[in-house]
Amino acid sequence: MVSAVERSASGRSPPLTIRGVAKQYGSTVALHDLDLDVAPAEFVTLLGPSGSGKTTLLMILAGFVRPDAGSVKVGPEEIIATPPHKRNVGMVFQSYALFPHMNVFDNVGFALRQRRVPAAEIAERVQRVLALVHLDGYAERRVDQLSGGQKQRVALARAIVFEPKILLMDEPLSALDKKLREQMQIEIRHLHERLGMTTVYVTHDQREAITMSDRIAVMNEGRIVQLDTPKQLYARPATRFVAEFIGESSLLPVEVAHDATRFDGQTLKLAAAPRSATGRQWLVVRPEKLQILEPGMGGPALNIFEGTVKELIYQGESFLCYVTLRQGGELAVRNYSRGEMLARLPGVGAPIRLGLGAEDTTLVAEDARP
Amino acid sequence: MTAAVSVAPARLPARLNAGILAADQRRERLLMIALCAPAVLLTLVVIFLPVGWLSWLSLFNDAGELSAANYARLVEQRSYIGTFKTTFLISVVVTLVSLVLGYPLSYMLAQLPRRAASLCMICVILPFWTSVLVRTYAWLVILQRKGLVNDWLVALGVVDEPLQLVHNFGGVIIGMSQVLLPFLVLPLYASMKSIDRDYVRAAMNLGASPTAAFWQVFFPLSVPGLVAGLVLIFVLCLGFFVTPALMGGGTVIMWAMRIQQTVSLYANWGAASALGVVLLVVTLVCLYVFAKLFRAGNLFGRGLG
Repeated sequence: MVSAVERSASGRSPPLTIRGVAKQYGSTVALHDLDLDVAPAEFVTLLGPSGSGKTTLLMILAGFVRPDAGSVKVGPEEIIATPPHKRNVGMVFQSYALFPHMNVFDNVGFALRQRRVPAAEIAERVQRVLALVHLDGYAERRVDQLSGGQKQRVALARAIVFEPKILLMDEPLSALDKKLREQMQIEIRHLHERLGMTTVYVTHDQREAITMSDRIAVMNEGRIVQLDTPKQLYARPATRFVAEFIGESSLLPVEVAHDATRFDGQTLKLAAAPRSATGRQWLVVRPEKLQILEPGMGGPALNIFEGTVKELIYQGESFLCYVTLRQGGELAVRNYSRGEMLARLPGVGAPIRLGLGAEDTTLVAEDARP
Repeated sequence: MTAAVSVAPARLPARLNAGILAADQRRERLLMIALCAPAVLLTLVVIFLPVGWLSWLSLFNDAGELSAANYARLVEQRSYIGTFKTTFLISVVVTLVSLVLGYPLSYMLAQLPRRAASLCMICVILPFWTSVLVRTYAWLVILQRKGLVNDWLVALGVVDEPLQLVHNFGGVIIGMSQVLLPFLVLPLYASMKSIDRDYVRAAMNLGASPTAAFWQVFFPLSVPGLVAGLVLIFVLCLGFFVTPALMGGGTVIMWAMRIQQTVSLYANWGAASALGVVLLVVTLVCLYVFAKLFRAGNLFGRGLG
């Protein structure tokens, strides 16, 4: 894979600089003075639950919502007060918003017609971009004759055909079924690598964000809670909110003291010293990081948790096991259904021992209430 | 597969409950038809029978003999052709006035926030619920020589002499346009409301100025509702009686008024019913032409695509 930096060297795409963007609807604050830098040709995803402000931010970037304050720069150019049709920013809408009274060709060529591009050149560029999204031969189709996935591709083609400086995508895959969605994620990712367009992508699907993004900005209540690469975000969530939102996790309450960090009296072996001051924090336990231990097994860098099996859920390629801990609290364990793994599992109600490597431990603080 | 094995012998014993299920389906369909029977019966008795009977009458002359005299008269007497032209002219002008007034009004209603929109909608619909007669007399009061408008115009010094605002062509247009406007606004508003805001946003995002986005995207998408409203108004105009009769003051004669005059003028119903038949046929032809022009499905607000 080509890194973002290498791509920027060859691509024309400018960086996107967002400073102090704020928006309030009545007494509800949609965005608190928000800063975000997107590098040239970088793919950044705004990830958050509904109402976190991610769509508002995207609408501000496209020019459909006027913020109360702030600055949005594409390269050196300030666009905060530029009307939407002069921004040269491509957008893929959640609803696709393909014009129902035009065929595929006219939809894709719309932006070029607005720019008074000669008809012959429009035809050529539309054909080229349709080929790029694997829709050769669909130019004359009516929009209502297309499947969901094809509409999605047309919407994408329409947004990139005029070579915008920035590409915005608002949950473009949410209307597709799971299989097609996963296929399109890879396809969009490949297209991005080929075109090197600075991209801001909005989704509430953490898996989609992790699959596609160079970096992810996790948003909650109008703020960016953490901005990091997918790997960092998953392995080192900064707050309880991020830990719970990204991936599956069980949280155990721990007491951080000067000498040690304890879970109900049990001293924990940690990868790194706790980030913040002493007091109540949470141990983030990812289900797939836990090992089911045979009696007597253990290790110097292993935290051992004992409990009983509460529930076993078979999910095909893997199984999920909920364990009630001896000290109270619950952990989820995920393992692949491989070999005799399933057969060797203790039944519901049986005792079980779980091991968590020190390198897989992460502590997060309780979320500060604003 | 086990299914392949069981298919062959399955033909011998009748499929489980197939007869009962089929009978049940027939019964359900009959019940459905029975449900609309009262409405169908009412339509037959109240509309088709009288209209058919009137049309039948138009084929007999004063002496009660079968003849085309009633229709021949319509062609021979120049005044009928004049009335026909007036009726068409008024219908076209009223439809155009409704378009010019109604489109921006519907557009505004569709853009307003919901509360404000429903308040404005009440202002549109309230007169709609008032009797046409009352509204027409109200217009007479407002527009007459010593009416509200003329008093103001003279007082403000805009004109020296009161203007002739009623009992002429203009008066008929004003009255009819006001009475019929809701018939355009209601379907058009519904059609505009159903246009996703994202369409216009997408157009602007792709570089269309607000004007270009309106004409290239919003307007074409609102056409089904617009056409439905315009056709409704045009057809209603063709047969309108009360407002042109009062606002025209006897100087502007429309087709429906001609029917009323003919009823009182001739001894038999035949003459008037011939006029009625002509109006009905013309109206149906207009509807057919509109339907052909704008694809039947779109005429009744189904939306594009």
